[in-house]
Amino acid sequence: MQIFTCPFCGPRPETEFHFGGDLGNARPEGFRAVSDDEWSRYLYHRRNEKGAVREVWMHMTCGELFAMERDSVTMEAAPGHALHGDAP
Amino acid sequence: MTGFRLKTGGEIDRARPVTFTFDGESVTGFAGDTYASALMASGHMVMGRSFKYRRRRGLWGAGVEEPNVWLDITCGAGFAPGRRATTEPAQHGAVTRAATASPSAERDATGAFDWFGRFIPSGFYYKTFMWPDWHLFERHIRAQAGIGTVRRDFTDVPPADRIHHHCDLLVVGAGPVGLAAAVMAAEAGARVMLVDEQDRAGGSLLAHPAVIDGQAAPDWLAAALARLAAAGARVLMRATAFGSYDHGLVAVNQRHDDGRSDTMWQVRPHHVLLATGAIDRPLPFANNDLPGIMSAEAALVYLRRYAVAPGRRVVVATSNNRTGAVAQALAEAGVAVTLVDARADATAPAGIALIRSRIIEAHGRRGVRSVTLADGQRIDCDAVLVSGGLTPTIHLYAQARGKPAWDAEKAAFVPGSTVAGMTLAGAAAGQFTLAGAFAALPEALAPLGLPLAAAPVTGAAPRYEIAAMWPEPGEKGRVWIDLQHDVTAKDVELAARENFTSVEHLKRYTTLGMATDQGKTSNLAGLALMGALTGRTVPQVGTTTYRPPYTPVPYESFAAGRRGVRFNPVKRLALESAHRAAGAVLREYGGWLRPAFYGTDDSAILIEAKQARESAALFDGSTLGKIEVMGPQAEDFLEFVYYNSIRSLKPGRGRYCFVLSETGVVFDDGVLLRLAPDHFIVSCSSSHVDGMRGLLEEWRQDRFDPSRVFIHDATQHWATLTVSGPQARAIIAGAGVEADLSDDVLPHMAIGAGRFGDQPLRIARVSFTGDRSYEISIRATQAAPLWAALRQAGSDHGAVLLGMEALTILRAEKGYLIIGKDTDGTTLPQDLGLTGPLAKKSEEFIGRRSLILPDAADANRRQFTGIEVTDGLGPLPCGAHGVEDRDGRPRSLGYVTSSYFSPTLDRPIALGLIERAQARQGEEIAFQHLGQRRRGRLVAPCFLDPDGGRLHG
Repeated sequence: MQIFTCPFCGPRPETEFHFGGDLGNARPEGFRAVSDDEWSRYLYHRRNEKGAVREVWMHMTCGELFAMERDSVTMEAAPGHALHGDAP
Repeated sequence: MTGFRLKTGGEIDRARPVTFTFDGESVTGFAGDTYASALMASGHMVMGRSFKYRRRRGLWGAGVEEPNVWLDITCGAGFAPGRRATTEPAQHGAVTRAATASPSAERDATGAFDWFGRFIPSGFYYKTFMWPDWHLFERHIRAQAGIGTVRRDFTDVPPADRIHHHCDLLVVGAGPVGLAAAVMAAEAGARVMLVDEQDRAGGSLLAHPAVIDGQAAPDWLAAALARLAAAGARVLMRATAFGSYDHGLVAVNQRHDDGRSDTMWQVRPHHVLLATGAIDRPLPFANNDLPGIMSAEAALVYLRRYAVAPGRRVVVATSNNRTGAVAQALAEAGVAVTLVDARADATAPAGIALIRSRIIEAHGRRGVRSVTLADGQRIDCDAVLVSGGLTPTIHLYAQARGKPAWDAEKAAFVPGSTVAGMTLAGAAAGQFTLAGAFAALPEALAPLGLPLAAAPVTGAAPRYEIAAMWPEPGEKGRVWIDLQHDVTAKDVELAARENFTSVEHLKRYTTLGMATDQGKTSNLAGLALMGALTGRTVPQVGTTTYRPPYTPVPYESFAAGRRGVRFNPVKRLALESAHRAAGAVLREYGGWLRPAFYGTDDSAILIEAKQARESAALFDGSTLGKIEVMGPQAEDFLEFVYYNSIRSLKPGRGRYCFVLSETGVVFDDGVLLRLAPDHFIVSCSSSHVDGMRGLLEEWRQDRFDPSRVFIHDATQHWATLTVSGPQARAIIAGAGVEADLSDDVLPHMAIGAGRFGDQPLRIARVSFTGDRSYEISIRATQAAPLWAALRQAGSDHGAVLLGMEALTILRAEKGYLIIGKDTDGTTLPQDLGLTGPLAKKSEEFIGRRSLILPDAADANRRQFTGIEVTDGLGPLPCGAHGVEDRDGRPRSLGYVTSSYFSPTLDRPIALGLIERAQARQGEEIAFQHLGQRRRGRLVAPCFLDPDGGRLHG
C-alpha cells in the first residue's frame, strides 16, 4: 500500500487517489486544425518512463487535482503540489 | 519406526496428554507438542506423500521450512486445510490427515506413480496432454494436483481483524539477536514492535545452549522479555512478517489458538531490523528424500524442545562445522551416532565416531535403512540427519528490492545492496556466530539515531566453516532438490538441455521453488546445479525474484472486514424501509440497493409494467444524479462538457444530453436542468454519479477558472419521487402537493417549484417511461410523508409501485438508452443516431476531435437499433449475436443489448448494436446464441408511441 501526499489533505492511502495521466499532456486545441496524428498522440501516447515521472492525480475524497513526482522503479512518491498554487 | 520420546527434558508438559488422530490412527503427545513432534515421538515415519510421484515422505524440518508434512486439520467446528505439521500446536481431539495422500500417507492409492516416475519428468504434462485436447485430461490431472482438499461443507470463518500500526522500529525475529536489538532500542526510548513466527521467543536459544551477559540462555531470555515489557515494547508471537511492500509497509499475520481468525497487522515502522535467522539446507545424494532423513538443525530442535530423538542408530552427515554439536547432543541422549563430515580437515566432538566422507546414496523403502558413502562403506541406520549449510532468511530484504550478494566463503547469498529503512542482523546478515552478531548490533541500529546501551556479550565461537556440496551433473540415482514439488537433479539437467537456463525459466519449467514452501530449502541447490551445467557461478545464475508471502496466509487475513456486505457497501435509499414494508424485493443496481419489484416473485414485473401504462406508477428515482454546477463560468463550462449545445437552454428548462470521453465514446447521458442562468443540475445516470463528478472536477480545475465555476454533488441530499402515467397529474394534486402542473406552465422538459406542507419541492417534468412523468425532489429526510401521501392518492387512481425491472421494460419500449448496457466502449454519439450537435455546434467540447477521426466515419460501425422478433419464439436472448454467414462461417454483426417481453404491446422487443443498422432498417437478420439460430428485423428503436402523444399529454 503506497502513501501519497495530497497537497490539501496530507498523506493518505493510495486507494483514495485516481490517476490523471502524464503532467503536461496538453490538449491540442482547435478541432479543425488539429491533425489526426496529433490528436491520437494526445489520447494514447504515454511517456511511460523508467525512473522519475511527473503525473496528475486526483484525491477522490477532496476532489482536487494535483501534480506529483514519483519514481516508477522505486515507487517513491514526493509530496504532491497544487496545480493552482493555492494549497494551504 | 524409530523416533522416540526421551524420559526427561523438553518444553512439553508431561502431565497434560494430548490425543488426536492421524489418518485414522490415535496419536498421543503432550501439551506443548506440535503435530510433527507428537507424530515423531510416537514412532511415525511416513507422514505424507510427495506432490507428483506420491513417494513416501517424512519430516524434514521443525518450522516453516518444512516441505513434506502437510495436514488437513479438523478440530471442533474448525477446519484448517493444508497446514504444516511443524508449526501447528497439537490440539486434543483433533482429526488430522495427510493432505497429500489418499486414503492415507501409509497406504496411498497412487503410490504406483513413483514406478513410472522416470517417464514423467518436468514438462511431461505440457508435452503429453496436448493431443487431442488438454481438456480431456484436465479433470483427472487436477484431481491429483494441489495440497489438501476443499471441504464442500465448509462454513465461513469469523472475520479477521486488521490493525494498522506505526512504530519506530519493527524487529522481525525474536531470537537472541532480535531480542537484544529490541531491548536496546526500547530502552533507548524507541517505540518497538517485535514479532516472531514461533509460539515462544528465543529462536536458536531454544535449541542451542549459550551464556549471554553471564546468564544461561533461559535466564537471559526471561530477563530480556521482562525488560521489553517494562520498556513498553509490543511483542507478538505466532506472528509472521510475510511481506514487505511499497513505502515501507510490512505485513504481519498473527495466529491465535482460541478459535479466532488470524489478525493482519499492517505495520509502518520508521525502521525495520530483520533478525530472521537462517535455514539449514539438505545434502545431495540419491534417495535423499526417504523418510527418516531430516535436517540436523531440526533434529536438535525436536530433541531440545520436545524431547524427541529421531532414531536409535543415527548417521549425522554434514558439510560444515555446526553439526558436531548436534551429534554430541544426540549422543548425550543415548543415541548411537556416526558423524559423516565432507570436510577433509573435519574434527568430531569427543566420543563421536567420525568418517571424513559423504553419503552418495540412501537405501530403504518405507524409510531409510542404510546409507552408502563415497568410499564405498555402507552404514545401517534408522535416521539420517543432514546439514548442507545455512541459507540466511533474507526474503523481506529481497522483497524490498535488496540485492543479495554471493558470499563464497559461506556458500550463501547474504544481503548486498542497502535498502533504505531496513537493516539486517545475526544469521540473516550472514553473521553465523552469536558473538559476531551481537557485536554488529550497534551498526544495525545506528539508523535509529538513538544513544544505545552496549550490546550483550557472549563467548567466542569458532568461525563458520563449510565445504559446499551441490548436486553434481550426471549423478546416479534420483537426487531430490525440491522435496515439496518433486524436482530432481535430472529435471534441472533436462531444463538445461532444453535451454531453460535462465533462473526464472528454470523455476517455471521445473516448478523448482514454486511450492508453498517457496523453495526455502531447495532454491540454492537448483541454482548451483544449473550453474555447473552451464559453466556459470552461482551469482552468475542469480536468484529468482522474491515475492510475498514468505509463508501461506489465509485469505480471510487479507479480506479482514471487507467481506459480505462490507466488501463493496451499497448505497441505501432514504425510503428503504418504506419499500420493504410495501413488499419490495431489493437488489443492487449500479451500487444502489433498489426495489427490483414489489411482490413475492418476478411475475410482479409484467403486472407493474402493464399497469403503469394503463393508469400510473410511482417509483423512487432518488438515485438519479443531482450534481449542481454554479458560477459565472458555469455555462461556458457545461458547453464544453456536453456534446449538445447548452447556451440555448433557457432557465426553467431541461435538455436530454450526452457527455463523451475524450475518445468520443459516450460516457453518460441524462437531463441537464437549468435552474438559473448560472445554476445547473446535472442529472446523470444513477451509477455514474461518482464518475461524472470526477470528470467535471477534472475539467473544472484543468481548463476553467475554479473560482468562477463550482461543483456540488447533492445526489444524496434529495429524494426524487417519480409519478408517471396518464393519471400522474391527478395523483400529485390528490397527495396535497401545491404546484401548478398545467401543461402551459409545466410542459414536457420544464422545471417547476412547489410545496408539500412546509417543504419546498423541485418538480421536473422529465420522463424515463415515455409517459407523462413528474420527478418530485424533496429534502431526503422529509421524503417519507410525501411518499405516503403519493401512495394514498395513487391508490385512488390505480397507481402501481414500480420496481427497477419493470422500469427497464418501459424505457426499452421507448428505446431509451442505458449507457453501458445499450452502448459499449466503442459507441460514438452518431452510432446512437444523434448527429445534430456534431454538425451544428461550433464550439469545442470533450471528445469532439475524436468524432471526426477516420474510424468514426467507418460505414460499418455498429449502430443502435430496435429489433423485432420475427420467428415467434419469444424474446431474444440478451447478448445474442446478429450474424451473417460468410464463406460458410457465421460472422458477428453486433449483438442484442436489451431484450424483454412487453406486456403492453404483448410481444417481445429488443434493442441492439448492429453493423450499419441505420442503413438496414427493415432488413431481417439471423441471431445466434449458444448454437441456436433466431430471426429478427431491424426497426426504429421506439416500439411505443413514436409520436410522443403519451409524453406530452
